[in-house]
Amino acid sequence: MAEKLIGKDIVPPDLVAKVTGRAKFAEDFRAPGMVFAKLLLSPMPHARVRNVDASEALSMPGVLGMLTPDDLPEAPPRSERALTYEPLYEGEPILAVAAVDETTAADAVERIKVDFEPLPFVLDPLKSLHPNGPNARTEGNYFFRSRDPEEQGFRTLKWTEADFAEAGEGRMPMGEPQTEWTVGDIDAGFAEAALVLDETIVHQSLSHHPMEPRSAMAYWQNGKLYLHTSTQSVAQTRVGVARALDLEPDDVVLIGEYCGGGFGSKIRGSPIQLVPALLSRKIGRPVMLRITRYEENYIGRSRPGFQARVKMGYRADGRVTAVDLYIVEDGGAYGSGDFRTAGTVASLSYQPLSMRLRGVSLYTNTPPRSAQRGPGGAQIVGMLEPIMDKAARQLGIDRVAIRRINAPDNNGWLGPQRASLTSAYVREALDKGKEIFGWEEKIRLSGRRNGTKVTGVGVGLSPFVGGSTGFDGLLVIRPDGKLYIHQGIGNLGTHSIADTARAAADVLGMPWNRCVVVWGDTSNHLPWSSVQAGSQTTHAHTRANHAAAMDAKRKLQEIAAREFGGSPGDYATADGSVYLRSNRLQRMSFAYAARRAIQIGGKYSGHELADNLNAVTVTSARALAGQGLVAAARDTYRHEGSTWSFVVGFALVELDVETGQIDLKEYTAVTDCGTVVHPRSLAAQLHGGAVQGFGIARSQKWVFDPQWGVSFAKRFYTARPPGILDVPLEMKWGAVNKPDPQTPVGAKGIGEPPVGAGSAAVASAISDALGGQCLCRTPLTTDVILAALEGRKQPYGPLEIHV
Amino acid sequence: MAVIRDMIPAFELFQPTSVDDALSLLAQHGDDTWVLAGGLDSFDWFKDRIKRPKVVVELSGVEELKGIRSTEDGVEIGAMTTLTEVATNSEILANYGLLAKAASQVATPQIRNQGTLGGNVSQDTRCWYYRGGWPCYRAGGNICYASAPQAMNREHCIFGADRCVAVNPSDTAPTLIALDAKMIVKRANRERVIDAEDFFIGPGTDITRMTVLRPGDLLTSIRIPATWAGASFYWEKVEDRKSWDFALVSVARAMRVSNGSITEARVVVNGVAPYPMRLDAVEAAVRGRPLSEETAQMGGEVAIRRAKALRHNDYKLPLIRNLVRRALRGRPA
Repeated sequence: MAEKLIGKDIVPPDLVAKVTGRAKFAEDFRAPGMVFAKLLLSPMPHARVRNVDASEALSMPGVLGMLTPDDLPEAPPRSERALTYEPLYEGEPILAVAAVDETTAADAVERIKVDFEPLPFVLDPLKSLHPNGPNARTEGNYFFRSRDPEEQGFRTLKWTEADFAEAGEGRMPMGEPQTEWTVGDIDAGFAEAALVLDETIVHQSLSHHPMEPRSAMAYWQNGKLYLHTSTQSVAQTRVGVARALDLEPDDVVLIGEYCGGGFGSKIRGSPIQLVPALLSRKIGRPVMLRITRYEENYIGRSRPGFQARVKMGYRADGRVTAVDLYIVEDGGAYGSGDFRTAGTVASLSYQPLSMRLRGVSLYTNTPPRSAQRGPGGAQIVGMLEPIMDKAARQLGIDRVAIRRINAPDNNGWLGPQRASLTSAYVREALDKGKEIFGWEEKIRLSGRRNGTKVTGVGVGLSPFVGGSTGFDGLLVIRPDGKLYIHQGIGNLGTHSIADTARAAADVLGMPWNRCVVVWGDTSNHLPWSSVQAGSQTTHAHTRANHAAAMDAKRKLQEIAAREFGGSPGDYATADGSVYLRSNRLQRMSFAYAARRAIQIGGKYSGHELADNLNAVTVTSARALAGQGLVAAARDTYRHEGSTWSFVVGFALVELDVETGQIDLKEYTAVTDCGTVVHPRSLAAQLHGGAVQGFGIARSQKWVFDPQWGVSFAKRFYTARPPGILDVPLEMKWGAVNKPDPQTPVGAKGIGEPPVGAGSAAVASAISDALGGQCLCRTPLTTDVILAALEGRKQPYGPLEIHV
Repeated sequence: MAVIRDMIPAFELFQPTSVDDALSLLAQHGDDTWVLAGGLDSFDWFKDRIKRPKVVVELSGVEELKGIRSTEDGVEIGAMTTLTEVATNSEILANYGLLAKAASQVATPQIRNQGTLGGNVSQDTRCWYYRGGWPCYRAGGNICYASAPQAMNREHCIFGADRCVAVNPSDTAPTLIALDAKMIVKRANRERVIDAEDFFIGPGTDITRMTVLRPGDLLTSIRIPATWAGASFYWEKVEDRKSWDFALVSVARAMRVSNGSITEARVVVNGVAPYPMRLDAVEAAVRGRPLSEETAQMGGEVAIRRAKALRHNDYKLPLIRNLVRRALRGRPA
């Protein structure tokens, strides 16, 4: 019997290509006759294009054509299009020019005369809520969603002068919300509280900064679109592209074998990937659009910032009695809804006896938002965890203990519907983290002064949703005796293509060296899969591959029973053979079984398929039919409640009280993500996500000139995401490793919660080094910390953003 | 005409192999010529198509501009010597550790392998309005956007504002002033030896340049005299992150101490003025004073006497005060 693969380190099948540089990313592809496109971006935050004069550009030698918004298919009124005549943020693409090389294309763009009519703009959602404040869009400042199409549409929300006046100096005003929900009786909750904290907190907006910008190359052949693009997901991106271009999915061949990071910004690729596709169709040449880092900073998506008012009530024993949360979300040019998830996460983290969420999300003339690794969760965790520290100090309770007191367990709940959980082993994670980090010893170092350096110790708890269900698995056992595991998910660096394949290998007892993972190119016949986002994949696709492998196993047992007699249940599979349990010598190799499956046909060869499969899977399975034993199944395993994973982060920092400089010395992350599938890959997620969190807490940001509405943080050195030298040498990790009872492999997703844990643990440690002072904003840059240390006025107002 | 960034426009490239050839190319092509050393500042400008020289003279093939050699009175460093070499050279480490330390903290290891000492001191400012192509004073316009009432200027100056409030970004520049280095500048048939302190200029002198270098000039080497060899040194750079960041504020200090008293000190700060700024008042105030916390405190206060914060950079006052204090305590950083 092959050793179980789940829980073991393996070498992912893409590793050698990546480390040797042989892996081809979107911009590495070439096609005969290929030309290059360059974009013309809006120089102002909100404008209307009155006229475009491209005559000079189009007459230049080597220039082949231009794509304008007029060439794009229709799209719903609120949705973002690849190009626009009404740019809603500085840097929004207006048009694209194709030329024989990029230099010529850039020179041509420079010679285009665009007549922009500047329109009012707003960078701060609170300013848009002012009675006379500007709206980011001519149609209003938010979009009201409704099932009733009569009701749905753009609206304008303004608060009253009284709303703004009511709030004291520096406190966030709270006018009419767009959304409100309450669980329990919050008045009673606060009445019962021995301690009530009321804070105004600001969390920055920040760019995703994937290493690979969203480049794409496209050409058309016999009516089919071939699109090489940088995308997190493959099967779903193909469908998205087909829908956007009004094509059948079969008429799109999508190639995305490698993706240099997405973090939620390339879930189905990007709107801009349509530009080379349409431009190629228009000029009849393959078109490459290489997105530069400068462009990536505008169109590369971002996490929405929050301005929040948080009121929390605590019993003397530390139990949270009430959470009253009001979030104003900066939705950027095209809107966002992170604040809803933030409310759900807050309810889950603290299991409050009562809770109210109120929120508004407004358009601003800043770059588009999208999910960013732990959307809503990472923000609220980074904002609320320091408040938990403050309460613990005032109540005289250990900071890990106060989280343990309020942590959810298997009976926990979340959100306005008080949804149930599939599993939660948060206390176990806190206990394990305390042990690995050495909390008891480290907490004794808290506040210790060594010269000008003060030690601070912090902890942060971060939940995030960890799985979806109902997708398809597709496997082929070919006459070469190998198991081909087809994956419609993407390959954005998480090893999910390999790790979720192991569920199938384990069901069949197949050694890993006889498994082939097929991924990244839809012409290789991929099944319908989850988006590679929302930390869904580990959960969704260990399930789908498990289901498909069970289908394969049944078919192998049936073929063996037909051949050797007895009933299918008398047979088992291992090491590439199906054998009689009572006499292992009575066996048939998978290679032979595959040939038999082809001969028998019907369901064995993929000519008959289950009727609950997605149409994408059916098409792929039909294309594979007859090539071996084909197994295709939909995940219909039982699943009640919501699946969430948890990460607890621990950090130790040294703060220099004369300079405000922070040295992050140690970091430990411990997770409850169910069964550990791949330890080394899990460590990479826990630590890699934490590094993004360190950036949130310490350095990464946006800066806009408020008068002109243009961005300065459009280079790495001004946006300041953390680099490797900002990562502590000492990084540890651990996992509770208890299976989730509602999924066959027991594994939950883990991509997202590490970010909030890193951010919160570092913010908590900085606050600890400051003697418990909570600065109530991110990022905690040198200037902010030094002003606090020196007792000087803070450089930014308590509600100021994009600074 | 539309603006496009991140795409270097075509230029004529010359790659001379001798200083004489380089100088004649500079003389021949005049004002439209750009001298390219490591490229880390230049390529940003080129990519953004804001500085668009017709001719670029690239110096990596000029061997005589590279390397570090001992002289009768100290050491001479070729302008094209990499920052990595400066940071790891045994003589510089032994006698002029101040420079080695500053060079070792420039940007990232990769940038230090490519970036040169001559390039580092010749850098243009990183004011994000100016670098963004705004038509400010420094760019030939008639306004400073960074000092407007709502402007974002946390990284701008607290001293020396004169229409422009940008700061000098170089890490090595203040250490060269502290070491009393001499900059060797050649032009056609002329060689000038310029004190490092005079090499850097403020907007009052010429608002479009950060140094005395004019088109046609070539910084060939930097001589460090033995004056401060082996003295007590202090260097510190405060930055927002450790990977590739310019100093918010930095301090370089060379000092000689005798019988517990400061006999002589040179204290230079950067990130606070449009040029690396020597704190003469501090130097004078501490001369002859005992090496003590009291002296350090006093020196720190003197350092910020004439400082004036903009809207968002008040923190630079306590920061430079504290750094000067630390520098004067006499303990190694």
